[in-house]
Amino acid sequence: MANVEQKVDLQLLQPILDEYAAKPGSLIMILQHTQGLYGYLPKDALKAISAATGIAPAKILGVASFYTQFRLQPVGKYLIMLCQGTACHVNGSEKISAIITEELGIKDGETTADGLFTLKHVACLGCCSLAPAMMINDEVYGNLTADSVRQVLKDLAAKGGAE
Amino acid sequence: MAEMRIKVGLGSCGMAAGARKTQEAIDAALSAAGSAVRAERTGCIGLCFAEPLVEVIDGDNSYFYGRVDAAKAEQIVNGHVIGGQVQHDLLLTDDEMAFLNRQQRIVLRNCGVIDPENIEHYIARGGYQALQKAVQDMTPEQIIEEIKISGLRGRGGAGFPTWFKWDACRKAEGEQKYIICNADEGDPGAFMDRSVLESDPHALLEGMAIAARAIGCNQGVIYVRAEYPLSIQRLELAMADARAKGYLGQNIFGSGWDFDIYIKAGAGAFVCGEETALLASLEGERGMPRLKPPFPAQKGFWQQPSNINNVETLANVAWIILNGGAAYAEFGTETSKGTKVFALAGKIKRGGLVEVPMGMTLREIIFEVGGGIKNDAEFKAVQMGGPSGGCIPASLLDTPVDYENINKTGAIMGSGGMIVMDSTTCMVDMARFFLDFTQKESCGKCVHCRIGTKRMLEILTRITKGEGKEGDVELLTQLGEDIKAGSLCGLGASAPNPALSTIRYFADEYKAHIEDKTCPAHSCRDLLTYYIRPDKCKGCTLCSRKCPTGAISGELREVFVIDQEKCIKCGNCAAVCRFDAVEVK
Repeated sequence: MANVEQKVDLQLLQPILDEYAAKPGSLIMILQHTQGLYGYLPKDALKAISAATGIAPAKILGVASFYTQFRLQPVGKYLIMLCQGTACHVNGSEKISAIITEELGIKDGETTADGLFTLKHVACLGCCSLAPAMMINDEVYGNLTADSVRQVLKDLAAKGGAE
Repeated sequence: MAEMRIKVGLGSCGMAAGARKTQEAIDAALSAAGSAVRAERTGCIGLCFAEPLVEVIDGDNSYFYGRVDAAKAEQIVNGHVIGGQVQHDLLLTDDEMAFLNRQQRIVLRNCGVIDPENIEHYIARGGYQALQKAVQDMTPEQIIEEIKISGLRGRGGAGFPTWFKWDACRKAEGEQKYIICNADEGDPGAFMDRSVLESDPHALLEGMAIAARAIGCNQGVIYVRAEYPLSIQRLELAMADARAKGYLGQNIFGSGWDFDIYIKAGAGAFVCGEETALLASLEGERGMPRLKPPFPAQKGFWQQPSNINNVETLANVAWIILNGGAAYAEFGTETSKGTKVFALAGKIKRGGLVEVPMGMTLREIIFEVGGGIKNDAEFKAVQMGGPSGGCIPASLLDTPVDYENINKTGAIMGSGGMIVMDSTTCMVDMARFFLDFTQKESCGKCVHCRIGTKRMLEILTRITKGEGKEGDVELLTQLGEDIKAGSLCGLGASAPNPALSTIRYFADEYKAHIEDKTCPAHSCRDLLTYYIRPDKCKGCTLCSRKCPTGAISGELREVFVIDQEKCIKCGNCAAVCRFDAVEVK
């Protein structure tokens, strides 16, 4: 399901466009707000941004694809950002990634079939002394071990599945 | 009984270690004991290795408790805060306290001391007095002169004299000048800026305001990483409080001078740490560097004169104005004045943030402040400067840490990340790791950087897979030199450093990978062979049951064997064996 483009309500976008469309240099901010609304950047929303700002669609896509923050596909309810910084690398982040893949059956950039989890390898999260570390929906988990990662995933799956 | 206060470190690191639960446990225990005292929030004191960290201030004395979980929290509350008895078994040891005692804290002066969300705490520690002095008693030229005397150099990596940039921007002509704070801390292994933003946001705001006054501008912008949500939240709050007090906004200290700041969240691109790329990103474009000159001081943000400083640089400014440039210059070496914050991580015993005078040796920082190597293993190298830096070997441990001496080693000061490595870290893999990073982060503008880093990565990947060829090292060196010469910005110009510096100091490891097809650190998976020692194997069957590919066979109480064809080198067998019978070669 995760890779299917969904119909989005463009009305939600209007207040953002009203506020920022006329301000020069606001494209990144508009894209950030748009992603905040939909969880990713839907194609229709990019078209609407282009129409409102007068910026060519190619340029908008150029900016959206340049920065790692932006996603052109929907992500799971829980976005696992697994740190690939130096300290995490030295302390075994590769193993942690293998465990997540083993537990959830997804690799970097993929989403589970139930739409709960997306795994994304990211550059340093800045929690180097807690390496290896990951961030899930703005919460940091540090000093990861095989067991603690499995526990976190289990807890979230139970929580996410219940809602 | 003396007055008791109890503080919990609530930075990102502390929270990740469970500090919120600790705080809740403290408050629950206090309330159960009928005490009106409550846990106070503070930022990161830098003792990341001992998080969650709790400080009890007992009259004139202060006690640090480390690794405080809910049970320990209850013991500390009932035993110490209520009972008045210091809980010696939970205190940090003297040895661990050396981490704090060897420091000279200027940038981190308030980190872990004050509540970052309370402006009154900052003011009580002398906050905004420097801004008042700068606005009421000093001319802009005098401010710049004071910074010049201090010898402050850019802490983002390049080490350019701060006063010079300010002066150039002051003298540049333009209708609207900008002071921009680069808080896009993207170096893997560095987190000092995050700590300042989370733990002492007003120090940055005050530093920016003083810089703005010196330059003659009234608009500031903070470009902060989107990966730092807590930093953004605390900065927003700090800005609102500063406005309410009149430290930001119109007619600051009755001078008729207006100054305000807004935040722009970055969207994740390492190259945006380069100042012209950062400007492009601020303008809503792809973050690609521009040709210099014109320098940002002449034509920067929206083609107006702009001054860009890093967080740590600006966090020094208020202290310098208040205490004088000469006081700052008393710390450090001939060419590198003051203090520098380092982020200790990797295979170090006590990881965290330390601020020490420039000129302290690597050995002192790693072994005396950082406590040495985890599990008392042997030190192999320290990586400084992240993807732009290099690995410094044990033979150079007595190098004093300042800009010039670190440059001589082939690494760079960078933003101050120090990743310590022991014998289990493979230097070729380290080079591959950084090239993988720079190759992904190259913006693609310069051919040398875009394609050259990719070629270097391919060669390094091949070597770590055991497919290295004669001449690879020479090719890497030549490519590296060409990329350095052919790239516009610092990213490309420094991207080959991790490979070049490891080739320089660890040539043997490259040789072992290429000629002998072995990895001395036992880290490159494709070069490993797992086998079971017949003299040690007891035939307990545990390894064969844990092997995911069924590569291990044997009879109960007989010696087991690994089928090398089936082995995927996952290391499970070695991890579970209770008799040390699985050996790796």
